[in-house]
Amino acid sequence: MDCGSTYDTLDRRLLDEFQRGFPLTERPFADLAERLQTGEGEVIERLRRLKEEGAVSRVGAVVAPHALGRSTLAALAVPAERLDEIAELVSGYHEVNHNYEREHRFNLWFVVTAEDEDAVAAVLDDIARRTGLEPLDLPLLEPFHLDLGFALQWR
Amino acid sequence: MMAAAAILGGTRPLVLDGIDRAIVRATQAGLPLTAAPYRAIGEAVGISEAEVIRRMTAMLEHGVIRRIGAVPNHYRLGYRGNAMSVWDVSNDRVEAIGEKIGALDFVSHCYWRPRHPPLWPYNLFAMVHGRTRDEAMEKVARIAEILGTEDRGHDALLSSRILKKTGLRIAG
Repeated sequence: MDCGSTYDTLDRRLLDEFQRGFPLTERPFADLAERLQTGEGEVIERLRRLKEEGAVSRVGAVVAPHALGRSTLAALAVPAERLDEIAELVSGYHEVNHNYEREHRFNLWFVVTAEDEDAVAAVLDDIARRTGLEPLDLPLLEPFHLDLGFALQWR
Repeated sequence: MMAAAAILGGTRPLVLDGIDRAIVRATQAGLPLTAAPYRAIGEAVGISEAEVIRRMTAMLEHGVIRRIGAVPNHYRLGYRGNAMSVWDVSNDRVEAIGEKIGALDFVSHCYWRPRHPPLWPYNLFAMVHGRTRDEAMEKVARIAEILGTEDRGHDALLSSRILKKTGLRIAG
């Protein structure tokens, strides 16, 4: 897919060069604007537009897993005819922040985040009780990638 | 209320208090896109702009915050192929292998997770992204090549629907 044509050079630089290192200063957008040789208002307006269009999920902090709570990756093997119903049930928990359908016997994959391990376990138990399905509980043992951003390849 | 968490970074532990948590919560959905976003966060939390900047700098230095910046929506930008590749490698070697695979530029996340035999034999997870499913699967094949005989079995789970995706949320 050729998505590159939708975004001009300034958009691309905002998306590519500022996935980390966003300034911790009183006027951070003015600092970005200076580096990009444009105006503060232009930077803010473009980021608002990119966010509105969905190209940017947010401009903000990415927090390390387990720094402020506990989480786990869980999976359910859901019979096809119950998938929509159970996907909705799982997405309904405010502790579930990601929920993906994947092509596998374990076809529903979701992340549960809560204040501690007991609270995470309570959500999994509740899902098991309500669905009659036993979730796979796959908590992180060690991360090998610091999630410092992702180089976009424009065409 | 959560107990204060000590995060090891460098040599000094950073103890997070309620104000740090409030700052993180206030920035979960993103910084306000206004000229002085840290002042706005400070007003929401009830502290000064300088205190917000000081505390966020400390959290960044200690690795509680990994980065601050634009978080692109890969799917929206044309990365439509997303595969969660999962690998069965020896537990003795998982750390060395994880470091190597996590460093590949097409891997966005790489984690060691527990196995649940016989249902789930895999202990290493590497998320790969491509513009198409084929491109994502080519990247999975490259990982298999790199692992060679250390790959005792793998699978790749393509995503067919994103049902929910929000920033990390913290209870409390």
